[in-house]
Amino acid sequence: MSTEFILSQLDGPVMVARLNRPDALNALCTPLMDQLIGLMETWDADPAVRCIVLTGSDKAFAAGADIKEMADASVVDMYERNNLQRWERIKRVRKPIIAAVSGFCLGGGCELAMHCDIIIASESAKFGQPEINLGVIPGAGGTQRLSKAVGKYRAMELILTGRFFDAQEALRIGLVTRVLPVETYLQESIAMAKQIAEKSPMAVRFAKETVLHAFETGLSEGLDYERKMFYMLFATEDQKEGMKAFVEKRKPNYKGK
Amino acid sequence: MAYETIQVETTACVRTITLNRPDDLNSIDERVTSELQSELRNVAKDKSVRCLVLTGAGRAFCAGQDLKSVMERKGPFDFTEALRRRYNPIISALKALEIPTLASINGVAAGAGWSLALGCDLRIASTKAKFVSAFSKIGLVPDSGMTWTLPRVVGLSKALEIAWMGDPLSAETALQLGLVNRLAEPEELAKATAEWATALAKSATRGLGLTKRAMYAAMGNDLDTQLEYEAQLQGVAGRTKDYSEGVKAFIEKRAAEFIGD
Repeated sequence: MSTEFILSQLDGPVMVARLNRPDALNALCTPLMDQLIGLMETWDADPAVRCIVLTGSDKAFAAGADIKEMADASVVDMYERNNLQRWERIKRVRKPIIAAVSGFCLGGGCELAMHCDIIIASESAKFGQPEINLGVIPGAGGTQRLSKAVGKYRAMELILTGRFFDAQEALRIGLVTRVLPVETYLQESIAMAKQIAEKSPMAVRFAKETVLHAFETGLSEGLDYERKMFYMLFATEDQKEGMKAFVEKRKPNYKGK
Repeated sequence: MAYETIQVETTACVRTITLNRPDDLNSIDERVTSELQSELRNVAKDKSVRCLVLTGAGRAFCAGQDLKSVMERKGPFDFTEALRRRYNPIISALKALEIPTLASINGVAAGAGWSLALGCDLRIASTKAKFVSAFSKIGLVPDSGMTWTLPRVVGLSKALEIAWMGDPLSAETALQLGLVNRLAEPEELAKATAEWATALAKSATRGLGLTKRAMYAAMGNDLDTQLEYEAQLQGVAGRTKDYSEGVKAFIEKRAAEFIGD
């Protein structure tokens, strides 16, 4: 299942989606984002897909938004187009998404990576929110998600200076969890996705939803929410199978029920 | 490409960059750093280059920063800016090249000139070569990577002694301290360099490059991290054509013919 700007391939239970606009370092033009969002929703509904890996090329995950598209827009144009709100549909994808990032991951590209649940970087990855250099600010969640990911002071420095930062710094500040050779970051990301795909799909989606809830609410409400989600999983066959397998010291056989 | 201050030639997959301002002992001015940066970018892009040699024309390897150009300036010289913009990218580029880099030190290597030699992976020197830190004699800090490389090669205390005392080290002392890998008589240096560089260039270049990446990474990694890193890189090396050729040649009891891929 591929489109003009998205190449995708199912690898076992893992959908590997590649942003494919090489002549523009995967700049996120509107058709690309429309295609990506549409596919994400399709995969979210497809029981054959358990986990999604989103990647670009070794040179560029995505170098940013398509500046030419909006350079001459008025505030009314931007408000009417409201392109960025559509990104919220990625936020609503319930299956886990791993971003496998190499090369430029800037502006909208960095924000797209932060829509994912795990970010794995190649050694050559370069991150940044350079919008300030163009007289604007991040508009697809950068100010909110980067702050939540790395803390106020780091986010503030990065967003106010617009400077690029490399994979090692991204690892140090907690934006990415693994830095791998450029030759292996994608296969390792797919391996991690397969590992996740072996778990109970209900538990995986509940876990994702509950962790994301932590960023929306206070602690007491979050703990309450977590407990309810935890209790609710006892209504699934997978919980019975998982605990039975543990006691019997064998591998569980999850059915997603 | 026409350079004014360096000379570039390629023989048998070996790219040789010769610092070529012999009348000024190959000291480094604005043009030299700019041309070195430019040529190192070329080398990085050129997959046919499988070993890089850096050497000097005339009797010096490199006398370091050209102090004349510093003195001619009005107002204070902005060292920080000069290092960030001119010198540091050269040292980073040498480290990033995934081929062996070999400094062939034909004469004195002083200040940043020594740093350039230390920025290479391997060093072969003429028995007449001399090594001078130079920085302490004018109240400066060793730069262009010298404070990173020197303590790693000779140990902390010896590195401080070399940097603080600033006395010239003979080629023989440099060899004993591990600061150069090999020595050659002055008239033999070019030949010995070419032989070593050619041997390196005929090796399994990807494997050598990945080894370089692993070794430099090890300078900042703990053992567990490095073990995992080796596992990753070995997976890559194990998929190269040169690995297949190497194993095949070993079984067939013949010399391997590596293509560098």
